[in-house]
This record gives sequence, structure tokens and C-alpha cells, in this order.
Amino acid sequence: MAAACLALLVAGPAQAQDETEKAVEKYRQMLKEDPWSNPALLDADRGEALWKTAAGPSRATLEKCDLGKGPGVVDGAFAELPRYFADAGKVMDLETRLLWCMEKLQGMNRADLVKRPHPAGGQPVKDLGAIATYVASKSNGLKYSAKLDAPQEKAVVELGQAVFFRRQGPHDFACATCHADSGKRIRLQGLPYLSQKEEAKQVIGQWPAYRVSTTHVMTMQHRLYDCYWQMRMPELEMGSDVSVALIAYLTKVAEGGEIAAPGLKR
Amino acid sequence: MTRAMKILALAAAAFVLAGTPSLAQQNAAADASKADAAIAAAFPTAPAEWRPRFDQDETMKQCSLHRNLPPKNIADEIQKREKARIEYPADGKLMGDWKAGERVAQSGYGLRFSDYPPRQANGGNCYACHQLTKAEVSYGTIGPSLLNYGKVRNFSEADTKAVYEKIYNAQAAYPCSNMPRLGLNKVLTIEQIKDLVALVMSRESPVNQ
Repeated sequence: MAAACLALLVAGPAQAQDETEKAVEKYRQMLKEDPWSNPALLDADRGEALWKTAAGPSRATLEKCDLGKGPGVVDGAFAELPRYFADAGKVMDLETRLLWCMEKLQGMNRADLVKRPHPAGGQPVKDLGAIATYVASKSNGLKYSAKLDAPQEKAVVELGQAVFFRRQGPHDFACATCHADSGKRIRLQGLPYLSQKEEAKQVIGQWPAYRVSTTHVMTMQHRLYDCYWQMRMPELEMGSDVSVALIAYLTKVAEGGEIAAPGLKR
Repeated sequence: MTRAMKILALAAAAFVLAGTPSLAQQNAAADASKADAAIAAAFPTAPAEWRPRFDQDETMKQCSLHRNLPPKNIADEIQKREKARIEYPADGKLMGDWKAGERVAQSGYGLRFSDYPPRQANGGNCYACHQLTKAEVSYGTIGPSLLNYGKVRNFSEADTKAVYEKIYNAQAAYPCSNMPRLGLNKVLTIEQIKDLVALVMSRESPVNQ
């Protein structure tokens, strides 16, 4: 009896911790049980309509946009991104490629598109992000199969790895500060070990995702922007070499992982 | 091959291995300089006074290059350099008020681009990574639990000084630690650090109750 009481006393704080974890997990499970309840699907629909609607000074749709599998091919395209595009002479992730198509096909101004590319809390994802959500949803269930073996692609993956471990800013933070170990948390939020294959495979394919805490879809470019905000760095430019390289590196680590986009996050 | 020749050959090979950076090291260094350039270009709207945040001091460079696992000689170098950069309170007192320390430990405010112009003092965000008190169950695990930290060390003076030093400049204790160098980089003031030392090391603090 005394021993049991002692065990209970010792288990006190740990038990409170477990309860909190359980509650968070239960919430996640509720969200998972009905995939059609994911509000991001509304943005995917909106993105599909935008893809097919003439827009910009050129009054063109994006239906001739080549995401790597030929003009207008959306099915499965996200699973093979990022990749090197000869027409642009650059490696591009999905959002950077959409930026390029909006500029080249629709005549939109890149500077305008990257000025405020991400929604504030409570605001819906911007048009480009909605289109990205649509395109990603058309690879749902496929496995990441971007080869990333062309010389230009390999160089970008290597750059991404160097950026991942690069410490900077007043807090000395790098991506690796939070994402280079297993089973760690910030407060109660679990942190994926992104430089490790198994954990990266589980989470990278869940973006773009509906984020319950900010009530909108967050794209991968937005996710990285948010990480740099937390790292006490300035505003990361959408389509910058840093963001493309990090996405290429993370996709390479997550190669073979299943795409479950749009995902659902806390 | 004679025995002497063998020894000479081994010594020569060892010299080559120790003296020349390996291909992997050379590649990593080349990638690091590409990463520097990419970072400098990735934040085009950054105000001029933010641009120094792109730069790395020698310690940040070494930790990035070695993926936070520096070889012994580099680790020693970092530790020596960072230890020399610690500033101590002018009045010689290392402990402030644990209650103020608890507020600093809870707050993650400060230095993010949404924190300007500053509306309050910077926080240390200790709970993001450390368990401190029994009452706060929302704590992170990147750093070790600090529950009862002072108590298990008998509230010793030497440990109190070590705690001050770790908060001021964690890399002086653990080269390439994930922990920010909160005093060195002026994230926290010396007074705030003293309050945190009290939170961790004082008898009255809930950390030690």
C-alpha cells in the first residue's frame, strides 16, 4: 500500500503530462476520422477553379502550365517536384513553379505575387496557395518520387542540407535546432526529426495542410516562412533559393513517403 | 617493406589524413559558403539593421559545419572563446527574483519581425525546451528537465555561478549547444538572467519545492 502511494506520488507530474498529451492526441484523432471534414478541400476546389479561369493581364488560364509532366498535366505532378525546369533554368518546387507560370502565362507581376504571399491568421490561403493545394491533392496517395539526380538538382539538395544546419540570428537557431532529433517537443508540440528518413516520410507529404490554430491552409513555402520568423530572421521570400533548396532537401529525405495532401495540422 | 619503412608510411598517411581536409569536409565548406550567399539573398525586404542577422560568428560557422558535433579540438576552441565572452553582474550578485524569473521563463516574446516596435521585454522562453516547475505541465524536451536543479546541487555557490554562465552563454559549457547564447546576444539583460538564476537555484523557487 505504502509502495503504491509512493508510486502514485512519483508518477504525479508525469501523469499530468500524459493526460495533456492524450487530450491533444484525441483531438488529432477526431480530425483524422473524417477526412472529408478537412476544410482544406474547399481551398483545393477553389484552386481547381482558379487553375481553369483566365486571369492576369494576358487573360490566360494555367491549363498550359507545365508542372514537369507536360503542359496542363496536374495528376501526379506534385509527386515529382521539385525538379529542374530547362525553360526557367532553375530547380523549382510546386509554388515557385506556379509563380513562374502565373508570371509567364498570365502576365502577372512576380513582385506583386511575392509581396504578401501568405495569409494572416484567420484569412483564407491566397490564390497561389489554393492552386498549390489543388495540385498537391492530385497526387494524394502517391509516393514522393522526385528523382533529384540531375546535377542542378543535386546541387540544390546539397545547398538545402547546408541551409538546414546553418545557425544564424540572435538565437543561433537552425532548422536542425528543433528538427534533428527524435521524440522532442517545443512546449507540448511534437517535433519531427526531418533530417531522418522515417520521420520525414511521415510528415513532409502532409503539406499543404489545414492548420486548426490559424484556421487556414498553410503551404510548405508558408511553413518555412513561419519557421524563419520563429528563428528571429526576417521575412523569407517565396520562391527564394533558400526555400526551394530546403524543400528539395526535405523532399529528398522523405523520398518514398506517401503524399497525404492536403493534410490537417494542430 | 621493413618495419621502419612501415612506420614511416603509416606516419605519412596519418599526416595526410590529419593535415588535409577530406573531400567531404571540402564539400561541406563549399556548401556553407553557398548557403551564406543564399541566405543573404533570401530576405530581400529585410531592413538594413536586420542584415547582420544573416552573418555567422566563428562559433556559429564551426557548429554549422560540424552539424553541432564538433571534434574535440574545435569544441575546446569554442568553449575557451565563449567563456571569455561572459560578462558578470557589476554588483557581483548572481541571483535576482525568482518570481520575475518565472515570467521571463514563460515568455517567448522578442526579436521576431512581428515584435517590432517592442511592446514588452524579451522573454527567455525557457519552458519551450525545459521542464522547470511542477505546476507548468506545458514544457518542451529539447533541453534537460531542470526540476529540483538547485536542490539536488545543495544550492551551491559554484553551481549558481555555472547556471549564470550557462544562461549567459550556453556554449561556454556545452560547445554547439542548441541553447541560445541569451546574454551574449543581448536577448536577455543581465538583470533578467539573474532572475532566471534565482528561479533555478533559490530555495524558495517552485523549481526546488
